Amino acid sequence: MFQEQRFKKLSPEAVPGKAEELKAEGYRMVQICGITGEGSTELVYSFDKDHSLVNYNVTVPFGTVVKSITPTYWAAFVYENEIHDLFDVEFEDSQLDYKGNFFRTSTKTPWKGPEAKEAERWERER
Amino acid sequence: MGKRTIVPFGPQHPALPEPVHLDLELDGETVVRAVPSIGYVHRGLEKLVETRDYQQMTYIMERVCGICSMGHGYGYVNAVEGLMGVEVPDRAKVLRVVFHELSRVHSHLLWLGLLADGMGFDSLFMQCWRIREKVLDVFETVTGGRVIVSYCRIGGVACDLTPEHISMILKVCDEVEKEMDWVRRVFFLDSSVRNRLIGVGQISKDEMVELCGVGPTARGSGVDNDARSADEAYQALGFEPILYDEGDCYARCKVRVDEVSQSIELIRKALGDLPEGEWRVPVKGNPPAGQFAFRVEQPRGEAYYYVKGNGTKFLDRARVRTPTNINIPTMTRMLQGCGMQDVSMIIITIDPCISCTER
Amino acid sequence: MGVLKASGKLWSNLFHKPATEAYPAAPREYPSASRGHLEFDPSDCILCNICGKKCPTGAIRADKASRTVTIDRMDCIQCSYCADSCPKSCLSMAPGYTAPDSTKTVDTFTVPEREKPAEKKAE
Repeated sequence: MFQEQRFKKLSPEAVPGKAEELKAEGYRMVQICGITGEGSTELVYSFDKDHSLVNYNVTVPFGTVVKSITPTYWAAFVYENEIHDLFDVEFEDSQLDYKGNFFRTSTKTPWKGPEAKEAERWERER
Repeated sequence: MGKRTIVPFGPQHPALPEPVHLDLELDGETVVRAVPSIGYVHRGLEKLVETRDYQQMTYIMERVCGICSMGHGYGYVNAVEGLMGVEVPDRAKVLRVVFHELSRVHSHLLWLGLLADGMGFDSLFMQCWRIREKVLDVFETVTGGRVIVSYCRIGGVACDLTPEHISMILKVCDEVEKEMDWVRRVFFLDSSVRNRLIGVGQISKDEMVELCGVGPTARGSGVDNDARSADEAYQALGFEPILYDEGDCYARCKVRVDEVSQSIELIRKALGDLPEGEWRVPVKGNPPAGQFAFRVEQPRGEAYYYVKGNGTKFLDRARVRTPTNINIPTMTRMLQGCGMQDVSMIIITIDPCISCTER
Repeated sequence: MGVLKASGKLWSNLFHKPATEAYPAAPREYPSASRGHLEFDPSDCILCNICGKKCPTGAIRADKASRTVTIDRMDCIQCSYCADSCPKSCLSMAPGYTAPDSTKTVDTFTVPEREKPAEKKAE
């Protein structure tokens, strides 16, 4: 009953190449999201073709610059700027770079690293 | 080339109460470039996953958006059920479809009203919202909430439908369908609507594919990426997506008018063939380590849910990609080359829900 | 033609009951399932604080030491999760929304002292 799950691993350098390959095959970009990790941020790139979804997990160590996929999928600028502002992942060669002004957050990069997590504070207050 | 002017548009703007800001670069009265910026109402609901367990997150996720509250609940509980391997009873699946389609009816009627309001057709706006009120009454009678329906639960639904509820829903379906007859006539035939919408904000099928647009916005350009086609519960009801090829504001309006009638048909079919039995199964334990992605077709388009568990009651990540999020680039492209007077019309026709985009 | 159609609508509008209610002269009637506010009946409460642990916003707290249950009305999001999970069914959702106010309303209920925990009744 559940939708098919396809998760594949990908290295940060291979991202733009893979995006071009998928675009040539007729895939549509669905989303990019970031996941907080220790010493690195995990990105999930999702693409869709004929209602079948494929996800790529990309582990990006802190400080690594990822090549932007906006030259291939221009619409990705929304996610890349979001991830830059919330997770502090740098994207190179972006077609539309807001330079950290996409979100107006009170704290800088609130999702970066486990030290940004608020679980302990919440437990203490209860 | 004349001198270019930059006109700031929003976050308070005449289109609809959604805080989006656009820098419109004008050449005379023609928009040459539009740069969107959001982030005015970022609430950090996704970040709450660090401090709220997976059951509490159901209630948080439903509150991402007021209009597509049902859709967010539907997507999130399905993603968590997928992660945990919970098999939901058939009756609950059909009940979710019924409420999801009811929420589509009310969302599209709300949008049609906003569209009429945007072009100054105020009586049509009020009529659309009057019809919508009947659907909200159903929500309130059955689930207790007019706006935050809060019907989906992990493992099933919040409450069963009694025979009285079913006859109330069917009665509302009949009434809405009767009213939609003349609403459709007005939207399809009235000259003031046609003059305002035909040819405005045109976007071709190829361009829409390139920009990855979703929902009625994409279906107005003939792109079929309706996530309901891939949903078994909908396949059982014989679901066929509605497509128009023109790609202008008028086509997007027609898609939504037709989808109201289609949703009513789906509700009737679903209720006519409602499986008996359980409507909720108890869910015990914590989500295992792993990840799960789920897509659901909300009134505004396809929404993407991603959950990552780590074996504790807290999820590592719960991601919502709302339809407006991906339609913002589409909107930006539509605005290029349009007249200043059409900007608000084009913004309305993608049915933006900026507050929902800024989880 | 258009005029004729319009006149039909005009006549029906003249003699039709308005689509809106004369609020506040005619009060709004809520259906019984409406989730308006949280009601608390202290008689059965065992101060287990399950409601406090379940609440997504931390609006309700049961304190064993002072034998009180505090409901922060403005923080409550009417999700009814506490009412669904209360083992003694002391909490319920009732129609009628919390009135807007310039200060935050906090309701504190005192749970009466009981000598022994109530024994389970035969059903």
